[in-house]
Amino acid sequence: MNEQPKPKKQIGAPMNRVDARQKVTGAATYSAEYQLPNMTYAVLVGSTVTKGRLTGIDTKAAERAPGVLAVITHLNAPKPPSPKPEGKDPSQPQTQGNPLQVFNDDKIRFNDQPIAVVVADSWERARYAAGLVQAQYAKEAHQTNLEANADKAFLPTAAKKNPKHPMNDYQRGQVDAYKTGAVKLESEYVIPTEVHHPMELQAITAHWEAPDRLTLYDKTQGTLATRRDFAKQWNLPEENVKVIATYVGGAFGNALHSWPHESAAILAAKVVNRPVKLMLTREQMFTMVGYRPYTWQKLGMSATPDGKITGITHESIGQTSTYEEFTEATLAQTRMMYQSPNVTTRYRLAALDIGSPIWMRGPGEATGAFALESAMDEMAYLLNLDPLEFRLRNYTDEDPEKNKPWSTKFLKECYKLGADRIGWSKRQLKPGSLRDGDWLIGYGMGVGTFGAHRGAATVGAQLLPNGTVLLQCATTDIGPGTGTAMTQIAADTLGISPDKIKFELGNSSFPKAVTQGGSSTVNSVGPATQEACLALKDKLRTLAGAAFSTAKAEDITFEGGQTVMRNDANGKLPLQIGLRNNPSVKVSYSDILRQNGQQNVSATVEAKPGGEGQKYSMYSFSVHFAEVRVHQLTGEVRVSKLVSCADAGTIVNEKTAGNQMKGGAVGGIGMALMEHARIDDRFGRYVTKDFADYHVPVHADSPAVEVAFVNQPDPHVNALGTKGIGEIAIIGVAPAIANAVFNATGKRIRELPITPDKLI
Amino acid sequence: MNQFQYVRPTKQQAAIEAVAKDATATFIAGGTNLVDLMKRGVMTPQKLVDINRLPLTRIDADPGKLRIGALALNSTVADDKQVRARQPLLALALNAGASAQLRNMATVGGNMLQRTRCSYFYDTTMPCNKREPGTGCGALEGINRMHAIFGFSDKCIAVHPSDMSVALVALDATVQVSGPKGNRSIPFAELHRLPGDMPQKDTTLEPGELITAVDVPDGPFTKHVHYQKVRERASYAFALLSVAAALDLDSNNIIKAARLAMGGVAHKPWRLTAAEQALVGKPATEETFRQAATVAMQGAKAFKHNAYKLQLGPNTIIQALKTAASAA
Ligand SMILES: Cc1cc2nc3c(=O)[nH]c(=O)nc-3n(C[C@H](O)[C@H](O)[C@H](O)COP(=O)(O)OP(=O)(O)OC[C@H]3O[C@@H](n4cnc5c(N)ncnc54)[C@H](O)[C@@H]3O)c2cc1C
Ligand code: SF4
Repeated sequence: MNEQPKPKKQIGAPMNRVDARQKVTGAATYSAEYQLPNMTYAVLVGSTVTKGRLTGIDTKAAERAPGVLAVITHLNAPKPPSPKPEGKDPSQPQTQGNPLQVFNDDKIRFNDQPIAVVVADSWERARYAAGLVQAQYAKEAHQTNLEANADKAFLPTAAKKNPKHPMNDYQRGQVDAYKTGAVKLESEYVIPTEVHHPMELQAITAHWEAPDRLTLYDKTQGTLATRRDFAKQWNLPEENVKVIATYVGGAFGNALHSWPHESAAILAAKVVNRPVKLMLTREQMFTMVGYRPYTWQKLGMSATPDGKITGITHESIGQTSTYEEFTEATLAQTRMMYQSPNVTTRYRLAALDIGSPIWMRGPGEATGAFALESAMDEMAYLLNLDPLEFRLRNYTDEDPEKNKPWSTKFLKECYKLGADRIGWSKRQLKPGSLRDGDWLIGYGMGVGTFGAHRGAATVGAQLLPNGTVLLQCATTDIGPGTGTAMTQIAADTLGISPDKIKFELGNSSFPKAVTQGGSSTVNSVGPATQEACLALKDKLRTLAGAAFSTAKAEDITFEGGQTVMRNDANGKLPLQIGLRNNPSVKVSYSDILRQNGQQNVSATVEAKPGGEGQKYSMYSFSVHFAEVRVHQLTGEVRVSKLVSCADAGTIVNEKTAGNQMKGGAVGGIGMALMEHARIDDRFGRYVTKDFADYHVPVHADSPAVEVAFVNQPDPHVNALGTKGIGEIAIIGVAPAIANAVFNATGKRIRELPITPDKLI
Repeated sequence: MNQFQYVRPTKQQAAIEAVAKDATATFIAGGTNLVDLMKRGVMTPQKLVDINRLPLTRIDADPGKLRIGALALNSTVADDKQVRARQPLLALALNAGASAQLRNMATVGGNMLQRTRCSYFYDTTMPCNKREPGTGCGALEGINRMHAIFGFSDKCIAVHPSDMSVALVALDATVQVSGPKGNRSIPFAELHRLPGDMPQKDTTLEPGELITAVDVPDGPFTKHVHYQKVRERASYAFALLSVAAALDLDSNNIIKAARLAMGGVAHKPWRLTAAEQALVGKPATEETFRQAATVAMQGAKAFKHNAYKLQLGPNTIIQALKTAASAA
């Protein structure tokens, strides 16, 4: 008898992206690429002052320009029925206050705030006419400098209102205990404003299909969040708003919020009663779609001479706008990463005349980790200890903040993997010990962590007459490869080949799911996919006949699509259901459908977290090791080697997961060495307005990043064992590089980015 | 972007006349600088005279000099066998500029006439005497990290951004120009000017003058050359500061002749003749280079955000000379 062929396991395999071909051939359609009949094009006009009032706006010349259909300003804009949605929905970013309403009043709150939108029959004509709009302002004094406003920093309103809010001051043990420690340090750190700048510009195509039905082709990380925001704004039932984001060309967080240009496009489409396409310029990407906020931090730490931390105090002031309070978890890692009987954290905001920030990859944690992990290195140096050894002496086997066991923590394993691969043993305690000609060589490490978040998600699964399976979910894929990972999970659950499975996403009409953000997609949508597939199998076996419905679940095989290699034949296995102990009993999927007179079999299942979060502290962990070369005369820094190791639970796809880690590492190089959005405070305007001034790493700045995963399932987060990767990929990279620079040069740079001028 | 006319003459004289007769007309070559400036409203020509049909792309290897056509592409010149053999410093400087894609579009004439990257110049809502004389210099008390330490005026502290020009000034190149009044040659060091009271004027070219070629005389600098460019990332960034260095060494490692110029420090590529003299006759050692670097920096003055250049300048000179001296 023939051996039953074993299907190849897909979870873990380095499967190619399911949409790779569409993406590289240009067949994938992004939000600016939808062509609707009667399309019109919109261009925003921005304020050239930073604060004040519009006293006049002359749109005549623009209105007369060829092809112009409308020029909309606060003077003639229709007011959406609900102009002030509350910004307090828990699935919204943590903002308090009201997202900016465009063209709602004459008030200028930040430079480049949209003051008009010009709609024309071509993009070029709209752009030309936009240049003809003339505005007059009554200027008021503005504030765009955080340091100058540090004395006015305040506790976020959400924290003031709710003593349990995580943005409140945190205290364990004695207040500011570090001040009396045996060995102590106190350092200040600054990270400047960084801008997400995904390759795809922010764009939307808005189409009122009927006076009360709106379709948006929009760059968003959450089709449902966007639907909810604009349904609310226009007082429509949610089902009347459809949001499509099939492909998103990167976002890094900047599509986690509803922004002024989206409102402007929807308004404009209402006015001209035709579909409107609006795409921001790279310059506008600096000013109105969020950024990583400029943050000042102070970190005090004390330790015993033998390297036990006795106190940490971590304070930060992050910038926000005057109309929204954006908060992020800058101080979270400090509270849970290392043992310390005494920990104090204080989080404050400074409201400036600037657009609102928004989470940027590894959001507050990446900012906070720069201070914490730099301070760890500084303390290790003071103690004359290897920084890895210092971290091991302060390792935590349970969460010291919540006093709960970790669901899983394999950070020690990560340390070992990374240290071996970077060649940590070459590192010398004394800075400046290693060199290659004029290049000084140094090694540094930085640790990152991020909550293993999971939310509710629903996936719909259908078996189609041709025997293939279609899965649908409203979640988005901004680049990590969500569709690919879900296909792998479905393939393993169903026992059929991935090419017989299609996973559709990025559409608000599909079953509900979380916004793609906070490294939570696989954690949330993965189990929903798995359960929907299980439910589908269950239905199938009921329909397949008595032999199957009465058999024990483990005796039933689902298979198909895989290429089978046998002595006698080389062929594709049909999609079929069978019995393990009786291979002659088999029914193909298409027969099941036919016999039951059904077009398809479907199952829609919601999966959500249970009480595991009460019992365990659930986090992903990462450590990054950097080898840098610093030129002793020119101060140039080159990252010559970067090793990133992660404990992210089960790795669903080695290739896409590795790709996430590498992308994060490159983002970290940018954060450490070059990214800096600079404002001239006299004008409140950015002087870095394009990629010639705002540098992100090029290939020559990025060494081949080595990635290693512990790949141990976390049995508590979900049944798949995943914990999330996107954020920990960048958290801790910048301090690893800064620490390596110190090890190479003896220079401690506490203000990012580490540019040559700071090292000579 | 404003509306404009576009013409593409095939005769040099027609091109010159088109620009000479119309104060709002301008030449366009690769367009990699001009089109960007037009998109932002920094330059608003009413007429573009495309010179790409003029026969100015040749690189002629004449005895005693190379004559490089104004329309030769940056990438073509950098890869040219004669250029690499006779003027390797020029090839190095060209390859240090921009990206491969841009070098495939950018011409030699356009490169030397590219305009400053000062952010205030690029933003039409900000004051800038170069863009709009009389509005003030936004950079003077603004974010002037990238700005000049030599030869500036209180009207403008911008720097000339070209890498190629730094090599050309060091190599004593000559620019061939054809204009409404006929042909003339301009020593490369006299092509760009200092801002003085007229920062709007980058060069000494007269209206309608077309650059037709640049001549680079042969010299002894075929081996010990280096272009050291310091920037904020490994590639595809303008120089914080750069140094073109060329040495002629005898068998005892004594410097027979030297050329030295700096980029990113002034409104023009900055030739360091005094430092060159300080090198000649001395052994090619770090000590000699250090002394020359000190001479080179005399008279430098920094602003709020560019004081680092006072240190980066001499360091980069030393590094460039060290690398040049050891080039095999
Ligand atoms: C993103 C970016 C990065 C860059 N980085 C660098 C860098 O690192 N280093 C560097 O050196 N450069 C850099 N550049 C600039 C690039 O080198 C120039 O844009 C290019 O050399 C200009 O050549 P072009 O032929 O395209 O000129 P154009 O844009 O066509 O013209 C530039 C100017 O020269 C005039 N002109 C052109 N040809 C003639 C002629 N024959 N006679 C008279 N006038 C003429 C035009 O009227 C115009 O005013 C960068 C450019 C970009 C966009
Ligand atoms: S330095 Fe020159 S180019 Fe820059 S703002 Fe001042 S005048 Fe304008």
